[in-house]
Amino acid sequence: MTLDELEKVALKEIQARQQIPHTIDVCLGTTCLALQGDKLKAALEQEAARHPVGAKCRVRGVGCPGLCALGPLVAIKPDGLLYKTVKPEDAPDIVNSLDAEPVARLRCDTEQPFFTRQTKIVLENSGNIDPERLEDYIAAGGYQALLKALTEMTPGEVIDEITRSGLRGRGGAGFPTGLKWRTVAKAAGDRKYVVCNGDEGDPGAFMDRSVMESDPHRVLEGMAIAAYAVGANEGFIYVRAEYPLAVKRLKQAITQARGHGLLGANIGGTAFTFRVEVRLGAGAFVCGEETALMASIEGKRGTPRPRPPYPAESGLWRCPTLINNVETFANVPTILRRGADWFAGIGTAKSKGTKVFALTGRVQNTGLIEVPMGITLREIIYDIGGGIPDGRKFKAVQTGGPSGGCIPEQYLDMPVDYESLASVGSIMGSGGMIVMDDTSSMVDVAKYFMEFCKSESCGKCVPCRVGTAQMHALLEAIAAGEGTAHDLERLELLCDMVKHTSLCGLGQSAPNPVLSTLRYFRHEYEARLLNGGSA
Amino acid sequence: MPVQPKKQVTPPSEDKRWRLVDATMRRYNYRPNALIETLHTIQETFGYLDKPGLQYVARALRVPYSRVFGVATFYNYFTMKPPGEHTCLVCLGTACYIKGSGELMAELERALGIKAGETTADGKVSLLAVRCIGSCGLAPAGVVDGQVLPKVTATQMLQRLKDGKA
Repeated sequence: MTLDELEKVALKEIQARQQIPHTIDVCLGTTCLALQGDKLKAALEQEAARHPVGAKCRVRGVGCPGLCALGPLVAIKPDGLLYKTVKPEDAPDIVNSLDAEPVARLRCDTEQPFFTRQTKIVLENSGNIDPERLEDYIAAGGYQALLKALTEMTPGEVIDEITRSGLRGRGGAGFPTGLKWRTVAKAAGDRKYVVCNGDEGDPGAFMDRSVMESDPHRVLEGMAIAAYAVGANEGFIYVRAEYPLAVKRLKQAITQARGHGLLGANIGGTAFTFRVEVRLGAGAFVCGEETALMASIEGKRGTPRPRPPYPAESGLWRCPTLINNVETFANVPTILRRGADWFAGIGTAKSKGTKVFALTGRVQNTGLIEVPMGITLREIIYDIGGGIPDGRKFKAVQTGGPSGGCIPEQYLDMPVDYESLASVGSIMGSGGMIVMDDTSSMVDVAKYFMEFCKSESCGKCVPCRVGTAQMHALLEAIAAGEGTAHDLERLELLCDMVKHTSLCGLGQSAPNPVLSTLRYFRHEYEARLLNGGSA
Repeated sequence: MPVQPKKQVTPPSEDKRWRLVDATMRRYNYRPNALIETLHTIQETFGYLDKPGLQYVARALRVPYSRVFGVATFYNYFTMKPPGEHTCLVCLGTACYIKGSGELMAELERALGIKAGETTADGKVSLLAVRCIGSCGLAPAGVVDGQVLPKVTATQMLQRLKDGKA
């Protein structure tokens, strides 16, 4: 498909849509499906078929609009109505109301800060397109960036554009994306690979799942652009097996794109070829680490290896390999379409663009949000999140999962960017943001994460394998009120040792939840020591 | 380079379901890197992995059995125990944990008389813990026989298991 043909498809789709006065969008993300969104969609379809107004409306399954707490969500477009916690029984009322007054009891205010304070780039199509239809993505401007890059830009120009945009890796570490691409592009070798890391293992994070489910073509387009830029012809998307819907939609999207000449051989009539395969993870947190992930794609146990050499020089099957996170790739098409300067205009001096967070825990509006870098934690939790429910008091917010830390109240007005979060002992991480109130004990939270790291340690290097088990045992003793002041000291020493001597990121960051809770909530540890710590 | 197995390797049994497993290996041209995908197919088809199955895959993909066994036991998703008739799964992700999934699991363990990861003696129910199913907005979340139960209690999960049996 060439750029001209692409525009024709988009035009046709938009015209077809204008023939239909109302579109009823039902969220069919994992969360809303669990809340029986599929039954709701069937009920709406049935009702629309029975009702005379039915000819004027189309019922569509879409991706996640974000406000999971109030699912299943139904949006009426272009009227701009949003209905919350809709049940299949509500279908007649919704269809009946299409040319009349909205159903007041189901309405969800779209002017609330949860919606108005967000800036959507990665999630711009989530909830607005049917992820199972290629035409929907094309009508939203999809694949234009890829075909433009292939026909009007050299690989070097694509890398320049990404570099100028200031995009940094969204997997958590924040490595400059343009620099990574350039390293792979420069690496010698005929065979190169592009790998998309969709092994979202952090408990409490579901950003990548949602992007892959709600807008799979965006990820594929980003990967294809990256492949063109670095000179790769093969790619893999590594997805957790726990995300069956994401796997299904990605595979479907690959077939569709290949059928339309947007993936595979001679993309857009050019000489560029790019083939993508989905590979399933099998439940190992360590596989989110890039060298472990590559071992897993090769069909081996997912154990990391020392770096250097970095994957950019020697990765999959020892070939130069570009590995980026789902969200990083998802930013790429929009950057090329709207320009690096536009993207660089969002965010802070060092952290550009937006970040997607999975806002969960003790907060009113749980769900998926995308905010500009530099927003404060307070704005996220109190404005977008609607504050702490049940009149409880905020205690800490956890970012970065088992590799991150707990941030206490005094830093709520700190801007969210890579450096600020690191300066208070946490990390940006992939985007899990778990709010805790005064009912959560910080010792138990630290113990929870250490238990996680202990069982997820791959066992290859000693500091992580033995250290996490020892730290967990100490935390158990302290939590049970059997720890002494000496145990606390040993815990700190161990944290330091594991942090500095482990082979990979898992071990190096495993002490973070303990260190950050010790730093801000040391009194909670001390209060649980044997005889108040005096023994 | 695609490598074909030199001699015909036959499946462990006459069971026709092995054809699905063969199809997966064929799709990857019997390359060793098809190992994880092949194990996924076996588990999806038969419910669990067993020794004869692993030995068959080792021969067909020409990978040492030690490596096949290593991979099968390394990844949490693979199980070498036959699952119970019903599965009862509790999400122990952070969001669910903050909302009390630890106690939920403890209650279920008491009620069913087994620990997480075990199956009741009558083979009816398997109790499993999982690290985040990504439905954090529904915390605490449980899954009974594939159906996600939002904001669930132990009583609700046990009721669901009972209804499933009836």
